[in-house]
Amino acid sequence: MTAAISVENLVVTYDDFLALNDVSIGVEPGESYGLVGESGSGKSTLLRAIAGLAPVTDGQIVIDGKALPRGKRNKAFYRQVQMVFQDPYGSLHPRQTIDRLLQEPLAIHGIADAEKRILRALDEVGLGPSFRFRYAHQLSGGQRQRIAIARALIIEPSVLLLDEPTSALDASVQAEVLNLLEQIRRDRKLTFIMVSHDLGVVTHMCERLAVMKNGRVVERLTAPDLVAGRITEAYTQNLMVASKGFVRKTAMPA
Amino acid sequence: MSPLLTVDDLRVSFPTRTGTVQAVRGVSFTLGRERLGIVGESGSGKSQTGRAIMGLTPPQAEISAKTLNFDGIDLLSATRKQKRSLRGNRIAMILQDPKYSLNPVMSIGRQIVETLRTHENVSKSEARDRAIAMLEAVQIRDAARVFDLHPHEVSGGMGQRAMIAMMLVAGPELLIADEPTSALDVTVQLEVLSVLDRLVADRGMGLIFISHDLRLVSSFCDRVIVMYAGHVVEELAAADLANARHPYTQGLLSCMPTIGSDRHPLPVLDRKPEWAL
Repeated sequence: MTAAISVENLVVTYDDFLALNDVSIGVEPGESYGLVGESGSGKSTLLRAIAGLAPVTDGQIVIDGKALPRGKRNKAFYRQVQMVFQDPYGSLHPRQTIDRLLQEPLAIHGIADAEKRILRALDEVGLGPSFRFRYAHQLSGGQRQRIAIARALIIEPSVLLLDEPTSALDASVQAEVLNLLEQIRRDRKLTFIMVSHDLGVVTHMCERLAVMKNGRVVERLTAPDLVAGRITEAYTQNLMVASKGFVRKTAMPA
Repeated sequence: MSPLLTVDDLRVSFPTRTGTVQAVRGVSFTLGRERLGIVGESGSGKSQTGRAIMGLTPPQAEISAKTLNFDGIDLLSATRKQKRSLRGNRIAMILQDPKYSLNPVMSIGRQIVETLRTHENVSKSEARDRAIAMLEAVQIRDAARVFDLHPHEVSGGMGQRAMIAMMLVAGPELLIADEPTSALDVTVQLEVLSVLDRLVADRGMGLIFISHDLRLVSSFCDRVIVMYAGHVVEELAAADLANARHPYTQGLLSCMPTIGSDRHPLPVLDRKPEWAL
């Protein structure tokens, strides 16, 4: 079986800075794959490189057996791969109505019956047709993120790139958005690549994950491995401890 | 011993074009020299509660309370001059994101020295020494170098530690921390929290820790207040969190995905209109 996405020895440099250093991952069709690490570890850069938003210096990205060209991606690629960004406050156009926002991808790809698709997309993300002619500033953070998901889904991609989709949201709203993402993945048999700094979220959503540090993958794990604590890298261990909350050091020198 | 801070029936409302929005509706609590957590979602009024105590409510807002008393001083009737002498000196506040809350055109050291010299009559060289000592106390290595750096030259975790240093240098008795680690990485979060924890314990300060992360707050504080729609729905000892009775608190606890729990789909909050009453 060919991997849905395989990234081979990818290198991304910004001037002299090596943002991604020889990174390889393979994601099976229908799988949900997690990328974790601290800020600056390169996890978002990897996602952006796949989406064509970061300059690739070396290595290649293969989607469904076809290697992507180094330069500009074609429309067929964006029909297949869509991205949801971290900040729902920054990723929606402030002066366009939701209707206008959702029409844009349809117009770009020349897809007909926009009317029907917009209503269906809104319905799918749990927002009724009443949201159609509102502006982004009239919505809450969770509702905005739902619109961003609807915008990505409206052209029926097979791969969804999720860059910290819930880190700007409250805990209670996060649960709703995570449930929504799980449900659409099941319904549409989507492939997810999800970036998060929260190991709890990643183990909940993903079957396999890669831990990144300083532009390299330091460890590859399955979610059950992580749960059982079968971890070899001290760095991953640190992330595990951090995800469990604050622990007071009791032995204080007097 | 009388409590450090007494808040009784605090109300904050904002007049808007479409009517009055009541952000805080009758919050009451007392604080001794302990760590108190205030938890709630966006819009629950937790930050406005902290800001009202600090005296940072926007001028158009209306504040009322039966009591808003800090160590014998009525904060509502205090003059601006009195409040200025309290703020930064006896009551200090740590804000969420060091990227926005530090002055970008002033070196970190000068900002700390400014706080100190505003409230205490100290010489420049002594202020410098104390600022560097404070930077060392928040576990910044090479404090003398960081003293001369500007906020954009340091990482988020370092910036937040500098912020803590600035807030603690005048030796406040009450510290209000409004989401002090939400903008930081998980691993850095814990370092900053342990710095904060140690300093609060050593100096015997009262701490109000405002956050939306119930688990984090309960692992850090002695007591937790849970807010919903501007009022307190539950107050409990952090150790008793598992026995939370209010469905909102229970919902907040169970909706977090944790390592090792396999729940699909995650339980979501079923917000009941009567909670907001």
